[in-house]
Amino acid sequence: MLNVGTPLGGVPVLREADFYIHEHVPVNFFGETVYLTTTHICTVIVVCVIICLTLYLRHAFFKAEREGKMTAASTIVEMGVDMLTHFVEDAMGKEGAKKYINYLGALFIYIFFSNTSGILGLRPPTADYGTTLCLALITWVMIMYADIRYNKWKMVKGLFEPFPLFFPMNVISMFSTPLSMSLRLFGNILGGTVLMSLYYGMLPWFAKLGVPSALHVYFDIFSGGIQTYVFCMLTVTFVAEKRGAFE
Amino acid sequence: MNVNFDGNDLIHAFSALGAGIAVCSGIGTGIGQGNAAGLGAQAVGRNPGAKGTIMSTMLLGQAVAETTGLYGLVVALLLMFVKPFDK
Repeated sequence: MLNVGTPLGGVPVLREADFYIHEHVPVNFFGETVYLTTTHICTVIVVCVIICLTLYLRHAFFKAEREGKMTAASTIVEMGVDMLTHFVEDAMGKEGAKKYINYLGALFIYIFFSNTSGILGLRPPTADYGTTLCLALITWVMIMYADIRYNKWKMVKGLFEPFPLFFPMNVISMFSTPLSMSLRLFGNILGGTVLMSLYYGMLPWFAKLGVPSALHVYFDIFSGGIQTYVFCMLTVTFVAEKRGAFE
Repeated sequence: MNVNFDGNDLIHAFSALGAGIAVCSGIGTGIGQGNAAGLGAQAVGRNPGAKGTIMSTMLLGQAVAETTGLYGLVVALLLMFVKPFDK
């Protein structure tokens, strides 16, 4: 007898693996019922961790500054700021770096902590399409603003290049930027989350002793770090491209 | 053997099949990323001083090449878990 009528043909494996977004608290929002989901809770936890860490690092940095000696915390802060400055200045020059470095630092820290939060057993906020779409839309607005501000009428002319027949394609490629950026981040992190939950959900207990740590290192730290870097790199590259050449 | 299919079973079966076919887009991604990594290694061998620049360019290119594969993955996940064709 085939076991029919249950979800997915009654495969027990997939019913135990839990990577869905759960709806926890119903909220009445202008007459419609919306839910506070797993993503909201995990986002709040991640943001709290980031705030505590940055407050501690700030305190430790100024303390080390006052006493005039170097500690581990102050070295970490200096290295991070130095790397970020080089990263942005290489792409858009000193003038542009001043404007965008704050946003990029915040973006980098938020995405990195979100991606790696899988290690703590949370469901990464970036494995929800809502989060990544918002991040990509912010980037897209920045790109369009830089385009209009620095290219003015050349931007409209650019839509008809190399010849007018390309207009629809140029418009599509303009609007596909946020889609491809958000889907890249979302797909990578969701893929890792699904694989990890399948591993935890379907194997017997002795397979969960130690092997998952290697998987966490790959899916959460390595893959999450690479995707963070790529998202920030693409943001910087696209905006710098619209700003034009710097001296 | 006594098998009763109701409306959704056939849809689930073909959704699973479609998900399997959709992740075949990973083939192209694999070829593209491997190509980029190989050429990156060649470039480092020729010019070891520029390792940092080569690495970042290679990772950027690989990330862009990965997009098509991820579209396939997203379609497969939609077919398997969101089940858009259910009655």
